Amino acid sequence: MNYLSTNMPAPVPDIDDAPFWEAAARQRLVFQRCGSCKTHRHPPSPMCPICQSTRSEWTEAPPRGQLFSYTVTHVAPHPELRDRTPYVVALVCFPTLDNVRIVTNIVDAAPEDLKIGVEVELAWEPIGAEMWAPRFKIVRGPR
Amino acid sequence: MRRGRSVGRASRAFIVGVGESAYTKWGAMTGQSELGMALESVAAAARDAGIATTDIDGFASYSNDANLPAQMQFGLGVPILRHASMVWGGGGGGLLGAVAHAVAAVEAGHANCIAVFRALAQGQRGRLGQGGKPGPTFNATAPFGLLIPAQQAALMMRRHFHDHGTSPDTLAEIAIVCRENAQANPRALMRGRQMDRAAYFDSRMISDPLRLFDCCLESDAAAAVLVTSPDRAKDLRAVPVEILAVGVGGGQAWGMGFLGGHNMPVDRYSHGNANELGAELFARAGIAPDDVDVAQLYDAFTPMVVQALGDYGFCAHDEVGRFVASGALRRGGSLPINTSGGSLSEAYVHGMNLLIELVRQLRGEALNQVEHAQLGFIAGGPGVAPTSAAVLARRSS
Repeated sequence: MNYLSTNMPAPVPDIDDAPFWEAAARQRLVFQRCGSCKTHRHPPSPMCPICQSTRSEWTEAPPRGQLFSYTVTHVAPHPELRDRTPYVVALVCFPTLDNVRIVTNIVDAAPEDLKIGVEVELAWEPIGAEMWAPRFKIVRGPR
Repeated sequence: MRRGRSVGRASRAFIVGVGESAYTKWGAMTGQSELGMALESVAAAARDAGIATTDIDGFASYSNDANLPAQMQFGLGVPILRHASMVWGGGGGGLLGAVAHAVAAVEAGHANCIAVFRALAQGQRGRLGQGGKPGPTFNATAPFGLLIPAQQAALMMRRHFHDHGTSPDTLAEIAIVCRENAQANPRALMRGRQMDRAAYFDSRMISDPLRLFDCCLESDAAAAVLVTSPDRAKDLRAVPVEILAVGVGGGQAWGMGFLGGHNMPVDRYSHGNANELGAELFARAGIAPDDVDVAQLYDAFTPMVVQALGDYGFCAHDEVGRFVASGALRRGGSLPINTSGGSLSEAYVHGMNLLIELVRQLRGEALNQVEHAQLGFIAGGPGVAPTSAAVLARRSS
């Protein structure tokens, strides 16, 4: 079963974040990087905050990240989530990607497994017609 | 005394009137429209000041208040409108930004008497925090079930626990202080509903670590203050309350802060986007945080009080847990806060009730009066962009 309902609000990409979601549809997690000074940023936006270039590139994220923060949601904030509580909303960071963090879910964790700093890896899930969501699971066992 | 880089100078404008509608739980205000409540709050502020509503010549609001200046002008019989402004952004961040607009207009001579107001009838306009607008931020959050501010504040607070040693006890104390302060206040929606530590920890978990009683009320309410010049203020009824300094803004890379994509600067992720604003504000006011007698700290969620305490320099972020546990925030403590019950226990109107309460404290007219209150501080919603704050002072005329 999908971690959250597939009838959740779906992303409606606009000009700035279309490349992110086009890659997600192919199960590739990419982040926007300045085409000039190469600084990463997220969520996607039209101008580099460092050098004001409007040229963008898209670079693939490392396969693993770290849990930056999390919350276990007990009260469904959407009718489609009523049979999914409690569920985990998390922030995952990528230490090699400047200041980039992504909002996501940790799909396989009991609340007591969650700890800031633990290593997580991608666990793609379909979220409706030809779209996938970059969710994560905790890396277990020997590295 | 703490000194930041000074930008501008102290303000020269006064708050001379405060007023509010009746406060009810959301959906309970059935006999009056939100516009009617907005008009009533401004009319009450004019009566309080002892001026005619026709002397008002400007309106300022924030958080996308739906009651338009032309509607306000019509109802209040304002013959000539000279100022109308709106501060962008949600989360109550613009509370003192609207005051800043009013001060700037009065100081520049563009207008004489400006009503700063907020009306929020969630029973009529729909409940807040039920999902955002389409766009890259919504796309980056909603599909993952991150939909409401309580969850967003929970992510931030978990990291504050980790980085700065705060704990659920910190949040409990803030909620309990506000609830206690509401007990003497007939307007407070939580009057008569006392809450001890056990009752707080028995309340249901919304999004860990935030419980029900970490979240503000949902209300139908409107509130307003009048801002005018020193000349106009000196002949009016009430003890004039001077706006010593007011500021609105924030730092780089805050986007929408914790209400947005959560890519705030990593070393300040769990803070309030007010480090720079606070330093500049206190420098302009010519006082230090330690000089403040009474504070109103925006409390849509208990974590926002934590953010404001650390960012505005009442204590270091690493000290917030100890500072709060010491009882400092209680009446009789070194920094009494939210003395009418705040958004958590009086009513939720994006903080405008907090501003009214600060004015009443400095006039010496508050229900939970802090003795000899001369200097007051108020923070608008922190952790969003823009955020805002002000230092007010009692001036005996």
